[in-house]
Amino acid sequence: MSEPESTGVDRDGAPTLGEDPEAYAPSVAGRLAFYQRAGGIVTPLTTTIVAFLMGGIVVLSTHHNPLRTYKAIFEGAGLNWFFHVGSHHITVPFTQTHVWFWWDTNTSHTAAYNLTQTLLTTTPLILTGLAVAFAFRCGLFNIGGQGQYLVGAIVGVYIGSRFTTMPHLPHLLFGLVAAALGGALWAAIAGALKASVGAHEVITTIMLNWIAYWGGSYLVGRGGPLRNHVDQSIPVSDDVVNGAKLPAIWGNPHLQALHAGIFIALGALIAFYVILNRTTLGYEVRAVGFNPEAARYGGISVARNFVLAMTISGLFAGLAGALDIFGWQFRLGVADVQVSNIGFIGIAVALLGRTSAVGVGLAALLFGALFTGTSTRSLDPTVFPPELAGNLALMIQALILLFVGADLVILYIWQARRKLRLTGRAPATKGSA
Amino acid sequence: MSVRAESVRSGWERATGPRAVGILGIALGALSFWLALPPVHARNTVLPVAVGILGAAAGIWAVSRRERRVGWGAIAAALVGIVGAILATRSSLTHLDIVVFWGALVTATLRWATPLTFAAIGGMFSERSGVVNIGLEGMMLVGAFFGALGADKTGSWEGGLLIAMAAGGALALIHAFFAIHLRADQIVGGTAINFLALGITGYLYVDVYGQQGTPTNLPAIPDVHFNWLQHVPPHQLGSFLDNSFGQMNLMVWLMFPLLIVSYIVMFKTPIGLRIRAVGEHPRAADTVGISVYAVRYSAVVVSGVLAALGGAYLSIGFVHSFSEGMTNGRGFIALAALIFGGWRPFGAFGAALLFGFSSALALRLPDAYGSSAGTLFQALPYVLTLIAVAGVIGRSIPPAAIGRPYKKQ
Repeated sequence: MSEPESTGVDRDGAPTLGEDPEAYAPSVAGRLAFYQRAGGIVTPLTTTIVAFLMGGIVVLSTHHNPLRTYKAIFEGAGLNWFFHVGSHHITVPFTQTHVWFWWDTNTSHTAAYNLTQTLLTTTPLILTGLAVAFAFRCGLFNIGGQGQYLVGAIVGVYIGSRFTTMPHLPHLLFGLVAAALGGALWAAIAGALKASVGAHEVITTIMLNWIAYWGGSYLVGRGGPLRNHVDQSIPVSDDVVNGAKLPAIWGNPHLQALHAGIFIALGALIAFYVILNRTTLGYEVRAVGFNPEAARYGGISVARNFVLAMTISGLFAGLAGALDIFGWQFRLGVADVQVSNIGFIGIAVALLGRTSAVGVGLAALLFGALFTGTSTRSLDPTVFPPELAGNLALMIQALILLFVGADLVILYIWQARRKLRLTGRAPATKGSA
Repeated sequence: MSVRAESVRSGWERATGPRAVGILGIALGALSFWLALPPVHARNTVLPVAVGILGAAAGIWAVSRRERRVGWGAIAAALVGIVGAILATRSSLTHLDIVVFWGALVTATLRWATPLTFAAIGGMFSERSGVVNIGLEGMMLVGAFFGALGADKTGSWEGGLLIAMAAGGALALIHAFFAIHLRADQIVGGTAINFLALGITGYLYVDVYGQQGTPTNLPAIPDVHFNWLQHVPPHQLGSFLDNSFGQMNLMVWLMFPLLIVSYIVMFKTPIGLRIRAVGEHPRAADTVGISVYAVRYSAVVVSGVLAALGGAYLSIGFVHSFSEGMTNGRGFIALAALIFGGWRPFGAFGAALLFGFSSALALRLPDAYGSSAGTLFQALPYVLTLIAVAGVIGRSIPPAAIGRPYKKQ
């Protein structure tokens, strides 16, 4: 949209010249502010509802009951847990005492167990969502979250399964930090190419995704350097040593319990907010995102910020991979490398969450619930076949992406129209003054 | 436009010297590798290395004469050739004979290159008109599924192809509507298209075929037989030609007219000029009376149709069945081929051949060496494209207005 505007006439035909700007401008600003405020919640919500409605039509057209299906997915995600209020007890950590609690936390009951699985999926989704969101704020579209996630997982499993003589806590921290750095490095390649030769980050990150995909398949595959030492015929890595695993905080550790990584993910949400809104770095990143030319004119190094933004993006995504490895997977197989799409879902998470910290958190929960609720293990197969449901979830996600993509543009047009009006009015203001 | 066209023309004139030498260098690099392989089997490294060094020298000369892309290509080819030759001379002869069965390799290369070429040519139409199409993967997948479904339901492969084309075109139309009319971000749209295709094909596949999978008697796109090839003298050449080209799918042969036609359409007709004008400077094109929207819509739909043909070839021409997510990144390799080939038909085809060769090699290597090292060859297309967009070997420059929505005035 960088075509030079030769005249100040509003293209939409609205009579802007000669009107009293003082009387009109506040109401436009007010309306826009209202729209943005409302748009912050209302448009993603509408988008989601429309996508689910269209998904419902698909379900209906294949002779299933959409309401019962969505209820089953809701329960499969364990979200009904919140409505089962009663008189229960939980143990206080490190003590023998029990205290009264509203909800039943016993994961041998389905609802609680399903909820732990939802939160388990939400954890990496928050981070891959942040990876897309952070770069987006700098005007970069990082669709390489998947590759950065994989590099994080590979580095994580390498460190987690080797260095067995290290003390446990340093071992875990070393693994997490190194994995995050690995992801950061992977993303920084794209950032550096963008900054130095202007190679489009979308193309480079797509390529890096697939290099990570095949590289990972090689490393943990048959005859690969990271394959396990127990049974060479299985294409999977060694297990993370016991002490270096993230502690389970809810559920049975042998049945994929929720791990402490969720606190790291929540911490990352706060870090994202603070870096972006309360530091010079974040200010520069956002300035470059709004208008690179203006930022350059203001003395901000655009190239440096491109590299930095991608690096921080990669930190988030790499950490996501590490949390999955140290939290519940404990090993990485060729199948894990090739099937995983946590990084790709991160794109939808970031865009639905409007690249804000709170939004990303909520969107990650939505997609975590959607994908857990439709998984073979969680969905009640008597209501709706889980093999169909997984694909239904993909469709709903795609529709949300489509509509959100168009919606961002609607906001942009709003702003552009306002800018056009203001610039069109500028000479008139001068004349009247 | 005219500046660009002129620079291309003078490029050709300048190229006759250094360009030819650079290409010779690439050939020498390939030759150095070939010498160490069957049937020649040079068992000492001197000859291949000498030929490789000659190739590298030709490349350096070409680079010094400013023919950068071809020159660096020759240097790279020579280095790969020398390293490959040294590795090959250390490898055992039986292993080499298993992997390097030239006839089979040529066929496999062409087979793998075909879906890539179809999708890449499709992508060229879309991207030359200024609409980024990273949804190629999804459009291929839709083509693969609806090709199989159509062939099954209509009982003929022609029906399968038609339905695949319609499905690919319809999916592309969604992309076009969001990208052109709603001016949505084209990357987001393309990503959504990929997921949508994955969801739709997976859903319908499970719903229609369930556990059984696609029927085994799926009508297939026929092979074209050239039995006379094996009678070509001398005998070795005859059997090589027969193994390579004697029995290939119709779609492989259709790829060549497609290439020529798309080259002519894109660079020698008013239609192509319009597409390129819209992709380089839509406002200028609009000013002279070209409908930017109409051109972009048709280009995106054509891209969907062609990508779907590539996908349909995969399902009913190659593996004769459909499985969920079967394109497995081929749409992205096609995108890579398109970029690597500089958004040109024959460039994209050359890249597709190279990438097809790496796929063919990746699938044969594990047979002999019993490890997953061959999978690394699958990453080759992406590494090369990364290097190409980085500008080390002469940058790939996209159309100027790519990814930018156009607002009618």
